[in-house]
Amino acid sequence: MDEIVTDVAIIGAGGAGLRAAIAAAEQDPSLNIALISKVYPMRSHTVAAEGGAAGVIKDNDSLDNHFNDTVAGGDWLSDQDAVEMFVNTAPKELLQMEHWGCPWSREENGKVAVRPFGGMKIERTWYAADKTGFHMLHTLFQTSIKYPSIKRFDEYYSTELLVEDGRCVGVVAIEMSSGKMVAFHAKAVIIATGGAGRIFPFTTNGAVKTGDGMAMAYRAGVPLKDMEFIQYHPTGLPGTGILITEGSRGEGGILVNKDGYRYLQDYNLGPPDPWPRKKAMELGPRDRLSQAFWHEQQKGRTIKTAYGDVVHLDIRHLGEKKINERLPMVRELASSYIGVDPVFEPIPVRPVVHYTMGGIHTDIDAQTPMPGLFAAGECACVSINGANRLGSNSLAEILVFGARAGRGAAAFAKANKLGSPAAAQQGAAAAQARVRELVLRHDGTETISGLRKEMNDTMESGAGIYRSDDTLQATCTTLGDLRRRYEKLQLVDRSNVFNTDLLQALELGSMLEVAQAMAHSALLRTESRGSHQRLDHPARDDQAFLKHSLATYGGAEPPAISYRDVVITKSQPAERVYGGGAEHE
Amino acid sequence: MSDTITLEVLRYHPETDSEPHFQTYTVPYRDDWVVLDALNHIKDHLDATLSYRWSCHMAVCGSCGMMINGEPKLGCHAFLRDYKGSVIKIEPLDHFPIERDLVIVQDSFMEKLSSVKPYIIEDKPKPLEEGENLQTPGQLKVFKQYTQCINCLLCYAACPQTALNDSFVGPAALALAHRYNLDSRDCGKDQRAEVVASNEGIWECTFVGACSEVCPKHVDPAAAIQQTKLSASVDWFKALLLPGEKK
Repeated sequence: MDEIVTDVAIIGAGGAGLRAAIAAAEQDPSLNIALISKVYPMRSHTVAAEGGAAGVIKDNDSLDNHFNDTVAGGDWLSDQDAVEMFVNTAPKELLQMEHWGCPWSREENGKVAVRPFGGMKIERTWYAADKTGFHMLHTLFQTSIKYPSIKRFDEYYSTELLVEDGRCVGVVAIEMSSGKMVAFHAKAVIIATGGAGRIFPFTTNGAVKTGDGMAMAYRAGVPLKDMEFIQYHPTGLPGTGILITEGSRGEGGILVNKDGYRYLQDYNLGPPDPWPRKKAMELGPRDRLSQAFWHEQQKGRTIKTAYGDVVHLDIRHLGEKKINERLPMVRELASSYIGVDPVFEPIPVRPVVHYTMGGIHTDIDAQTPMPGLFAAGECACVSINGANRLGSNSLAEILVFGARAGRGAAAFAKANKLGSPAAAQQGAAAAQARVRELVLRHDGTETISGLRKEMNDTMESGAGIYRSDDTLQATCTTLGDLRRRYEKLQLVDRSNVFNTDLLQALELGSMLEVAQAMAHSALLRTESRGSHQRLDHPARDDQAFLKHSLATYGGAEPPAISYRDVVITKSQPAERVYGGGAEHE
Repeated sequence: MSDTITLEVLRYHPETDSEPHFQTYTVPYRDDWVVLDALNHIKDHLDATLSYRWSCHMAVCGSCGMMINGEPKLGCHAFLRDYKGSVIKIEPLDHFPIERDLVIVQDSFMEKLSSVKPYIIEDKPKPLEEGENLQTPGQLKVFKQYTQCINCLLCYAACPQTALNDSFVGPAALALAHRYNLDSRDCGKDQRAEVVASNEGIWECTFVGACSEVCPKHVDPAAAIQQTKLSASVDWFKALLLPGEKK
């Protein structure tokens, strides 16, 4: 096996991984940094984020506002010390992006422009038209080229962490172009592999978002936190699940049911006028809007299509000029993929799995409980997002926590030596044996696409927008079966070069493990909070569940679930108020 | 409406094939499917050994560039309905070595991209405490078009010069250099000129304009290259006529 020695190894080269790499390189240019990703950096899913990134910069706003919006948006499950640090740091990070050349949209006077987003009291979302993630990712990638100490390993698929005496000492990866396995010996490791939306059948997430990093940490013994919280974005295109940004509602778009009625006023988000209005109607938080769709569907007031029920997102009143200037991608996507030009027709939309609030258990410094292992971005859970992430906080999060992870890992690498070669080689050999067994297996009976479909179906039916004990029990049982059947998976392709059959098999294994953490965490949380809504336990229960869940890997068995207190500093849990009531807050 | 459509897909496996060959697959026809959906159907239901790159399925990650009936296109943005009634021929992007099947080797592009110093170069670094750089919508508009490149490499597959000369820096990388040169926050034009105005840079371009025709994001690299040529010529004359003057 090839061996590469480095100081800091970063797995994942999207927004968080790139930001971490730059931070580590700036902190200490003498450190060698290996940036390892299963795709070229610009293919990472940060690229698909549209609406913008939140950070307080205008005089009419305040850090307290951003703090309060985030904590209430997260239904008080956010750690408030982390949120406070986050809102305080986000403007500096966004400013840093400005200095690095990010083409932020501007006001006439040349200052950075901001737009309203859901669940936010005041407009504070920096944006680059409706391609904010794309521009941030390319800006970070291009800027990273400046730093000679960052060495990229593009198209290396990481399979396992190397662990010695409870400390992370590297990672094993497959060089996709050759099929060779490579052991990276590192003094510190950062996981920045993004979310796991592909566990669900209908998602905005690209093919790459299979939870590999979460699963790697989980198998190595690091708990996954708050995995039951999965965000449905209220406006995805039917069929493909392509995201139509919240920015379209920020700019004034409305949602109507089959009768042309702005139904959100029936769900504690009204009154509808005047419009647009912050924290009301279409600018309510994502969980509430997706839940409202579900209720409309139950009442038979949604619109039937070949790709399931939809409601209409209407932005026609913005006019062609504004749509072209602020929402060009929305127009292009709707026109191309469903043949609807939003200048002239409303866009059919439905809720779609978008974001995993949960992830690898980290603290405010992006450190996991395993020494030497850090995590940042969607794969991690600090938690600042609590039970429901506010739109435009995630693009700020990848910067704030990516940079912290980079600096933390650099400091750890300075203070610690490499692990012992023998331990690393032993771990690497085990990782290689696991892959080899999968490739050489000849008596398997299961297919990747078959198991994946069953996983997708059971997650949607059991762990969707609304859940209950019986549906979750069924999903947990099915996932256990699927994991057993995964052991009988049969690959068709046994070759070495760019073997996507093998990679998909490994991704499926990761997804099944992460799905199990989600379903079992959801089963045991017998309350409704944020994105986790139980039909059989409709109320929030702060007595029992003002707590983070921690799912610990149980090998072939389901995970063990334990709990940890939420950090409350200055905002006591209260009722989340949107619509008319929010104006008096 | 026909029920199925036929794809001829180029297959090449370096471990077993001496040269590429075509393989024919018949997949369900659906009006709203793109070529990538058809490939995913093949991968999931007909032949798990087919390799290709993809991720976002919304024409922004740039992974799934391929030749479709001889034209460079994004697989996720080429609709089956536009090929109804005919066989669709799918090949890897032209002008790149094939790694396997539809997967090309793109290391050369990554090097070219890096070579043009695609980042803000300041005369003196501005501390964060000094706040944002002002940039009016007008100043943004000057370079915004050239920020839209998704690195999908369709322009390299279309460019006749890329075919003739491997080391030509090429449309996307030159357009990106131009993007930074035009940014009101940047002072790095002279540093980029070493590569951009070299023999392998803008002067290799014969202005066929094929790059701009195939660009899915309307970046217009040909215009970027022409503008750079003009600006480089002006700089050259200035240097000749007014020695010592800052460009």
